[in-house]
Order: sequence, then C-alpha cells, then structure tokens
Amino acid sequence: MASKFTVSNGTGWLMAGPAVLLIAGFVILPFFLAFAFSFTNQRLISPNATEFVGLANYRQLLDVTTVTLEPVRDDAGAIVIKDGAPEYPSLRTLTRNNPDRPDLAGMREWFSFSLGGEDRTYVLARDVVFMTAVINTFIFVLIVAPVQAGVALGLALLINQRLRGINVFRAIYFMPVVVSIVVVSLLWRLIYDGQSGLLNNLLGAISFGMIPPVDWLGNPSTALGAIIAMSIWQAVGFHMVIWLSGLQTISPTLYEAAAIEGASKWQVFRYITWPGLRNTAVLILIVITMQAFGLFAQIDVMTNGGPLDSTQTIVFQAIERGYGKQDISGGSAISVILFVIVLSISLIQRWLTREKT
Amino acid sequence: MARISLKNLKKSYGSTHVIKGVDIEIDDGEFCVFVGPSGCGKSTLLRMIAGLEDISSGELQIGEKVVNELPPAQRGVAMVFQSYAIFPHMTVRENVAFGLTISGASKEEKDAKVAEAARILQMEHLLDRRPSQLSGGQRQRVAIGRAIVRKPQVFLFDEPLSNLDAALRMDMRMEIGKLHQQLGATMVYVTHDQVEAMTLADKIVVLKDGQVMQIGAPMDLYHDPANLFVAGFLGAPSMNFLKVKVQGVNGGKVLVSNGALDPVEVSGKRALFKVGDEAILGLRPQYLAVAQGAGRLHGAVALTERLGAETVVEIALKDGNPLIAALSQDAVFDIGAQMNLDFDPDKAHLFPNEPGAGSVNKH
Ligand SMILES: Nc1ncnc2c1ncn2[C@@H]1O[C@H](COP(=O)(O)OP(=O)(O)OP(=O)(O)O)[C@@H](O)[C@H]1O
Ligand SMILES: [Mg+2]
Repeated sequence: MASKFTVSNGTGWLMAGPAVLLIAGFVILPFFLAFAFSFTNQRLISPNATEFVGLANYRQLLDVTTVTLEPVRDDAGAIVIKDGAPEYPSLRTLTRNNPDRPDLAGMREWFSFSLGGEDRTYVLARDVVFMTAVINTFIFVLIVAPVQAGVALGLALLINQRLRGINVFRAIYFMPVVVSIVVVSLLWRLIYDGQSGLLNNLLGAISFGMIPPVDWLGNPSTALGAIIAMSIWQAVGFHMVIWLSGLQTISPTLYEAAAIEGASKWQVFRYITWPGLRNTAVLILIVITMQAFGLFAQIDVMTNGGPLDSTQTIVFQAIERGYGKQDISGGSAISVILFVIVLSISLIQRWLTREKT
Repeated sequence: MARISLKNLKKSYGSTHVIKGVDIEIDDGEFCVFVGPSGCGKSTLLRMIAGLEDISSGELQIGEKVVNELPPAQRGVAMVFQSYAIFPHMTVRENVAFGLTISGASKEEKDAKVAEAARILQMEHLLDRRPSQLSGGQRQRVAIGRAIVRKPQVFLFDEPLSNLDAALRMDMRMEIGKLHQQLGATMVYVTHDQVEAMTLADKIVVLKDGQVMQIGAPMDLYHDPANLFVAGFLGAPSMNFLKVKVQGVNGGKVLVSNGALDPVEVSGKRALFKVGDEAILGLRPQYLAVAQGAGRLHGAVALTERLGAETVVEIALKDGNPLIAALSQDAVFDIGAQMNLDFDPDKAHLFPNEPGAGSVNKH
C-alpha cells in the first residue's frame, strides 16, 4: 500500500512546503553541515581551499594528559623551597620545543594536585579554555536542573490552591518568562553592579553596612554563581506552569481518599502528589537540562565569559570560535561535542526514570 | 457505639442552598440508604458526614460526639467513592494497606490485616496487581478493602456500584449486604437506584431538593408513602396517579371517582378531604388486576409488554389518561380491546392535590 505522504497529496505538501523548506534550511542542513565541517579546517572567510583534517579538531579540543614532576633539588639533594612550597621544574621546558616530548608540544597547565608524596601531578590540556567551559557548563547544569525544578515545584504547589487573587501570583511568577532573556540579563547586570547595584544596596541595608559591596560579575569566584541565580529566577515560572498542569491531572478524589485515611500534608505529597507527577518530572528534568546546556545569552550580555574565563560555557565557546575567531570548523566540533553530551545525558535520564514494572 | 445524628443540617454555596435543614437519626449498626433524584444533594450530605464539605449550620454527631469541626480522619469514618479513588501507582496490597501505612503500622500487622480483608472480599489473587490491571468490579473491591482494614465504626458509600454493569452490580450489592452483616458497622449508602435502596437498607431516607421527603423502613415507604414524591419514586413501574373528585367523606373513608373510575371508598388519612375537592389516587401497577365482573376502571389496551412472568399493559382510560398495569400472568391482549380492571381499595393511596403534583414523575 502506498504511503499517505506520497499519493495525491499535492495540496498538503504545498501547504507544508514553506515550513519544511525553512526547517530543512535552518535546522536540518546546519546540523549535518556542523558534522561535516568539524572534520575539516573550514574558516568563515578564507582564500585557502578547505581540507579534510580528520579528527584533528577534536584532538585539539579534547587532548588531556598528565605529567608527574619531582621537586627541584639543590646540589646537596635537599628540596628547594620557594615561597613556602617546594619548587618544581618549569612546565615550559616540557611543552616548548622539547625534542623528548613532542606529544606535549603546545599544551598548557589546566590544574595540578599532589597525592601526598613529594611529587606533583600536572594535568595538561591542549585547550584549557574549552575545558574550563565544559566544567562551568556542567556546574551550571548540575545546580540549575535540581534547584530550578525544585523551586518551580514549590511555587506550583503554592499557587495550586483556591485562593482569592491567586492569579496575580501566577502572573507575577510567570512574568520573567515572557521578557526576553537579553533584557533580563541587562537588568540583572544593573542589579549585580559592584558599586551601586540593587543587590549590594539591599545587602548593605539589611546588614547595616556589615556586608561590603561585592562586584558580583567582576569577581571570578562569584560570577558563575550570580549567573546561575539569575538564570534560575528567569525560567522558574515556565517550569512552574508545567508542574501546575501536572498537578491538575491528579484526581481530587485521591486527595479526599487520603484525607479520610488521615494522611498528613507530607504523606499526601509523598504518596499521591509525587507519584502522580512522575511523567511531568521526567519532562521537566530533560527540558531544563537541555536548556541549561545551551547557556549563552546571559554570558554574552553579562560577562563575555570572564572574568578569567570563570563563566566560559560550551555554547559561548562554540560561537566565540565560529564567529569571533572565524574558526567555523572548531566551532562545529564544539557543537558536535555538545550534541553528543546532551544526547547521552538525555538517554541516561530516560533510562533512570523509566517505568519500572 | 457509632450512632449518627444530623440535626437541622444545612449547606449552601454562596446563595445556593443545597441542603435545606435535614434531620436524620441513624442507629448504631444500621444500614441507612439515601435515595433521591440526581442533584438532590445526596452526595453533598454524605460528604458533610465524611468531613469533605463544611457544614453551613446545624449539628452533626457521630458516636455521641459533635464532629462539625473535626477533620475527616478524626471522625472514624471510611468512605468508598463512586470513582473508586484507588491510587493508580500502588499495587492492590499497598492500596488496601494505605490507611495502615499512614498510621505507621508494622509490616506484620499490615500483612495480617490485608490478608484478612482480601479473604473477606475474595481477592487474595489480586494483591500484587496494579489498578490498571483490574476490572471495574475488582477495583471497587479494592476500594472497599481499603475501607475495611482500619475497622472503622462508620462506612460511607457514594454510589459505589453505579459504574458497574447490571450483573456485577447485583453481585456486589449482595456482597455489600453480607459485609454489613459480618462487620456490624454503621453504613450510610447513597444511590439513586431504588432496587439497591430497597434490598440493602434497614432505613431509607428519600431526599428531594435538599430536603427529607420521608424516612422509614423500605416496606413502610413502599406500602405507606407519605407523599406523592415518595409514592412515585419507589417501585417499578412507578405508581399510577389518577386525578379524582371527592364524592363523599365518611370518617376516615373517602369516596372518590372520575370519568374512568367508578366510585370507590378508600382510606383518606393523609389529609382532610372535603366533598368536591380534587385529589390524587395512587395505584401501584402490581395491584391492578383484570376484573372478573364489571370492574372499577375502564379503558382500552394501548400497548403490551410480555416479560414472561409478568405482562405490563398500558391502558388508555375512558377519560383519556394513561394507566400502567403489571399483571402477574402471561396473557395476550389485543390492542384496542376494551379492558376493565379491579383493585383492592385498601392498597390504594389518596393524596391531596397539591400544587406541582403533576410534576411527580419517575425520572
Ligand atoms: N461546589 C458547588 N457549588 C455550587 N453548587 C454545588 C456545588 N457542588 C454541588 N452543588 C449543587 O448541589 C446540588 C447537590 O449536588 P450533589 O452532588 O449532592 O447531588 P447528588 O444528589 O449526589 O446527585 P447525583 O445523583 O447526580 O450524584 C446540585 O444541585 C449541585 O449543582
Ligand atoms: Mg452524587
């Protein structure tokens, strides 16, 4: 039997046509182009012909290795102490023009640790900025996903009541969602301002000046946290609405039955509300995770990845490389890596939350 | 002891009065059925007893204690809902044990009580299934099981059988009757099915528009309905109502007749009838019989339904009004044939012709 799609369905295709073309041109084609470019040395604008370079882009991004160094000893064999800590040989001697270690050429120190003994292990990455971006993105996701989902659920439970004026609260919580993230980011840049920002003024006022002003976005130790807090606030209303729709699918008689059996508020949540929200929870977790991995606009508007790369993220790096540095192949490779990460995490989440029978 | 006593109970939603002052006394261990047409407030009244609806005014006592302000759990009641309200993500065992889980019972206690409930309801083989794997009747059993494990003093049922098919409904009806005998608890049962009401109840409360029409044992209500509504509501096919004229009054007896009815003397205890009044004569179809002689009622056969043991005949009376007779024999009647009927005047009911009496109809 012929498929419904192919037989005498001209009108249907004509109507779907524009949308199909647009999706093909702006979603499907770029998706495959990204894969293709990531194996070449394609640049945005270049006089040179594009060449196939195999996995070189991926190697450049993901190459990580370790070297373990012994401390520097003086002639007597004692460890040289400098600034209160043992001194180690300079890594540059290994990574710069060292004929013994051609594999380390061009790599940089990412971080180092020591396992108790005198020796110190250095972790070297070919692209330290990208590694920082990966770590930052994971930190962002690991904090935002549970916190945003949890806060959204709390709000949904609060506003899922018959109260006078409850719609006002629903509107207030939902409002940040309808404002463009770029506008929200600009506003929060003012709130986080190091001198006269709203947050510093507020903290100063409630602590009677005990808390000194902090340059929230200018300080490497607070910048990522500031962006996390603001991102959770911005989208929490959206997920609240999804939770709310999940809550409203639970039959009220179940709550009445529980009330007659004498269930406490917590028991009602544990035995009726939460099991009833299973599917909603899976949906929300996957949606938040995917959105969080796409973190870009806030960074672009608020910090540009700084200070000291403390707010670099994967998508920001992809765009920075692809367009900022015109390195389309590098940007494409980052996109493909992100795709693989998100895909595998979604599959893992689905497997973890599968219906157990 | 779990007597239930409703004193002038009222409920209104804003300006809508749903329950308009209800007084009912339900004895310990009694099976009390609320019946009435849809929307009359049966469920609302039951939910007020359960504590799921606030009481606007009046007093509710359960076991000699005023419980108006107590939350449902502290009233010592269990409830079975029309939609079963069993928890979809729990197994049958977990559902039945829910009340025990909530109160923190030990595993041994739970196992023992669940096993006992399962034995009483004959559902041992279902305990490890999920609700989605059960039929309607089995789900209702689970809901009843959840109600009985806590051994409450009072059971409340809100149309528990209305989602079941006819055969299953009869089975479950008998089981609920048996359960009542076994447990000896007070039961309040809401239905709009009069067969359920007649067969299960020790006491029936007939409700209409949020008011009690009559309270009594099933047979008392059947044989001695207090008003047209109760008379028309109980019994199937429902009672015939004939408009008659009072011809004479003699002590408690009243002589009535109309165009199709020869003068007959019936008991007139429900009101003070005067000569010349209009009144309503109620005749149950089952108490009509084909006359041996001239008979009292005259008309022509309009329609017959042969059910085997019974033949239901619709008769067009001489004055044009219809009449239903349920004759306890299998007989063939020709459509249009003249028919004379007779009845025992002691089994006829005379009601005053109240305004709105014409609207009395079985729904
Ligand atoms: N929340 C409410 N607000 C306003 N009116 C209500 C509300 N709940 C119920 N009612 C009204 O109260 C009346 C009684 O409702 P109830 O559910 O008790 O009827 P019922 O006798 O159980 O009917 P049924 O046989 O159809 O179940 C109905 O007229 C209904 O419209
Ligand atoms: Mg009801």
